[in-house]
Amino acid sequence: MTARAGRRDTLPGFGLTMGLTLTWLSIIILIPLAGLFLKTFELSLAEFVGIVTSRRTLNALKISFGLAFAAALVNLVMGGIVVWALVRYRFPGRRLFDAIVDIPFALPTAVAGIALTSLFARNGWLGAPLAELGIKVAFTPLGIFMAMVFIGIPFVVRTVQPVLIDLDPEIEEAAASLGADRWQTIRRVILPSLVPALLTGFALAFARAVGEYGSVIFIAGNLPNVSEIAPLLIVIRLAEFRYADATAIAVVMLVAAFLVILVVNRLQHWAQTRIPVH
Amino acid sequence: MSESAIQFYPERATARSEPWLARAIIIGLTMLFLTVFVVLPLAIVFVQAFSHGAGAYFAALTEPESLSAIRLTLAVAAISVGLNLMFGLIAAWAIAKFEFRGKSVLVTLIDLPFSVSPVIAGLVFVLLFGAQGTLGPWLQRHDIQILFAVPGIALATTFVTFPFVSRALIPLMQEQGTLEEEAALSLGASGLQTFFRVTLPNIKWGVLYGVLLCNARAMGEFGAVSVVSGHIRGETNTMPLLVEILYNEYQFVAAFAVASLLALLALVTLVAKTVLERHLDQGRQTRDD
Amino acid sequence: MTIELANITKRFGAFAALDGVDLTVADGELLALLGPSGSGKTTLLRIIAGLDWPDGGTVAFDGENALARGAGERQVGFVFQHYALFRHMSVFENVAFGMRVQPRAIRKDEAGIHARVKELLDLVQLDWLADRYPGQLSGGQRQRIALARALATAPRILLLDEPFGALDAKVRKELRRWLRALHQEINVTSVFVTHDQEEALEVANRVVVMDKGRIEQVGTPGEIYDEPATAFVHGFIGESIVLPVNVAEGRVWIGDQPLNIAAPNVGGPSKLYVRRHDLRVGSESVGLRGAVRHVRAFGAIQRADIAVRTGGGETVIEIDTPRDQPLRAGETVELHPRRYRIFAD
Repeated sequence: MTARAGRRDTLPGFGLTMGLTLTWLSIIILIPLAGLFLKTFELSLAEFVGIVTSRRTLNALKISFGLAFAAALVNLVMGGIVVWALVRYRFPGRRLFDAIVDIPFALPTAVAGIALTSLFARNGWLGAPLAELGIKVAFTPLGIFMAMVFIGIPFVVRTVQPVLIDLDPEIEEAAASLGADRWQTIRRVILPSLVPALLTGFALAFARAVGEYGSVIFIAGNLPNVSEIAPLLIVIRLAEFRYADATAIAVVMLVAAFLVILVVNRLQHWAQTRIPVH
Repeated sequence: MSESAIQFYPERATARSEPWLARAIIIGLTMLFLTVFVVLPLAIVFVQAFSHGAGAYFAALTEPESLSAIRLTLAVAAISVGLNLMFGLIAAWAIAKFEFRGKSVLVTLIDLPFSVSPVIAGLVFVLLFGAQGTLGPWLQRHDIQILFAVPGIALATTFVTFPFVSRALIPLMQEQGTLEEEAALSLGASGLQTFFRVTLPNIKWGVLYGVLLCNARAMGEFGAVSVVSGHIRGETNTMPLLVEILYNEYQFVAAFAVASLLALLALVTLVAKTVLERHLDQGRQTRDD
Repeated sequence: MTIELANITKRFGAFAALDGVDLTVADGELLALLGPSGSGKTTLLRIIAGLDWPDGGTVAFDGENALARGAGERQVGFVFQHYALFRHMSVFENVAFGMRVQPRAIRKDEAGIHARVKELLDLVQLDWLADRYPGQLSGGQRQRIALARALATAPRILLLDEPFGALDAKVRKELRRWLRALHQEINVTSVFVTHDQEEALEVANRVVVMDKGRIEQVGTPGEIYDEPATAFVHGFIGESIVLPVNVAEGRVWIGDQPLNIAAPNVGGPSKLYVRRHDLRVGSESVGLRGAVRHVRAFGAIQRADIAVRTGGGETVIEIDTPRDQPLRAGETVELHPRRYRIFAD
């Protein structure tokens, strides 16, 4: 890579720092990931398809992707509500609630895992009253869903927050003075302005939940075909020294992650090309 | 009616507010949601850790196994934070201060570990260094232990924390432009002098911010480390791994005691992050003036 | 539609944005609210629109209490300073917005909406931009689209906040003329806010000069310019020369020199305000004289710095005289204020 022609770079060190950057990136990230893909080439296509479409793998992928999608949807809606309250309203404890939105980022996943499990266990603070209602959370797919909601909380809130803060108040006033009621203004003017950020947050929460391991495995129950997530199946296959199986599942998940990155990049591009009005 | 006009129509004080009922529901849902999903999980860690009193709590923390896990966690964090700090500074210089083709691809590649499941981050090193792995036989012949040892744990941790420092620095350094560096160079400073005397002081809060987040993730990483550690008690168990083992052995007090240290780390990180964000905002404002 | 404002007050914390404002806007009028920033003119406009609520006072449209209605129910068209176009909507959809959010009972059908949008885009002469997005328009085009959008639901009142504020000088001049012509065509009661005196005097039928939350003067552009009611208006409009004077014993004094001009009813320390072009050199003496310090020629005129001896020391003023009346540095000249006003301090 060379610095773009037409602009003389006045600062030194481009060659050196770029060289070191590419080398280090290759050693830590690119070569290991490439190794993963190379490993799958040791499998024939039939073998690969066989592994990926085996009942247990398919179920694990379905559980991971399906529940991650559902959890990301909840985070989309609840994140929208939370960010609206944090940005638009003043209420007691607002700053504290704003700060703790980042807890799921900061709390180690194993800690979150055991905390959520004892919270939702049958004798837990929330698990007990829910059990009275006949709802079992811990050690069921519902538990996986709860853990995925937990780790996805910051994504929608933190991607939408700056956009909502910067939203021009005149836009809403214009809608109001043109006769729109508050709900019409929100639906037709505010929400469309937030759509790229909302979708980005959704995609990021989804990607995180699909790959999540630590906070899920404690509460999941880990029953094959019922509450066994794909990352756990990778770990199990590794423990059984079935590297090929582990690799095949990992490749499916990686491809999904790349697709999400692609979607997020397109969304960011879309948001930026909506040229500002002033 | 003149003086009291406003009191007749309080809900119309501005065109940008919702009816009070909608406001109350939105605030109520926010508080409920964050309490259930964030406050309670955090609280239960400390309640469980102290459920048998402070004595049991501290006894659990001073077990040799706990102490060894704490030492290992600190060592691993020091290694990966150090490596990523160096990389982050170098990469941010190349990316933020120069224009070149493929920049956005490079940034996407650096951010890649954020999108990769931690289990996969561990797996790639098992495939590389494991007994059946690409480099496994060679390593065995030369008696080099990477997997199930500190180097493997440090590598996996470096992988998952790879983007933190550079991600904190690139936008900050791009905002600052290259004028000050050009001025320093024109005054006869060398490249390194320019970096250490001009660039670094300008980005010090950003560096701290990146290191802080990098460190929090490094100490708390579970999935990737779990795959490469081998779970050798007293040797390759980091704190999060020890939490898992203790929990699975029904030693709840001990598990939550170790977990409480990690939760405390998370809280301290968040407070420090808030303080640093204030510094970064101030820096931005003074530049705007 | 007439607008009657009575005793409007509005505070933001300790700051009184509006302090007892009374104003009547006649039907079909094009009125300018003119004042420096912080004078309360935009707050007043927003109160008329229903975007802000006064702390006290009444707002009536044709005698009907407007404060009982929210912004959306007042049938007021508002053009924002930065246009506030919806950037995710095409120009067409922006203009159609007001019609689309109407209650079903009075909403036009799709063909009706199309016809109306077309009519408005023709009115602002931008029908060819219907499918563009706001981000693709120039400032002047955005301004006209914002106006078309505000007019779409046939408002009874049109309000414009600094309508030309964000445009460059050339486009601004063009749009001024255009707005005047447009007002003549649609003849809806209109109020616009500006800090630019030239804009107010050139476009409006009537001008309201505001300062510090109060109305200083209301009048036609001619009245405002020729008969400023207060020192503030004199200083704010046009270029003024200000000399400190003293009114005592029925005479006007500058320093210890009595002036041969009519004394006003005020007394004590005052200021004499003269427009620069109303201060002539030579001819008859009124007792106002000064020493020429420096002379520069510009085309047909020459500009001179003249030091006038006033109470405490001297005040240097700058006046223009024709080239055929040469001035030399050092000489003392007689100054004659053709028109002037004296306001007590």
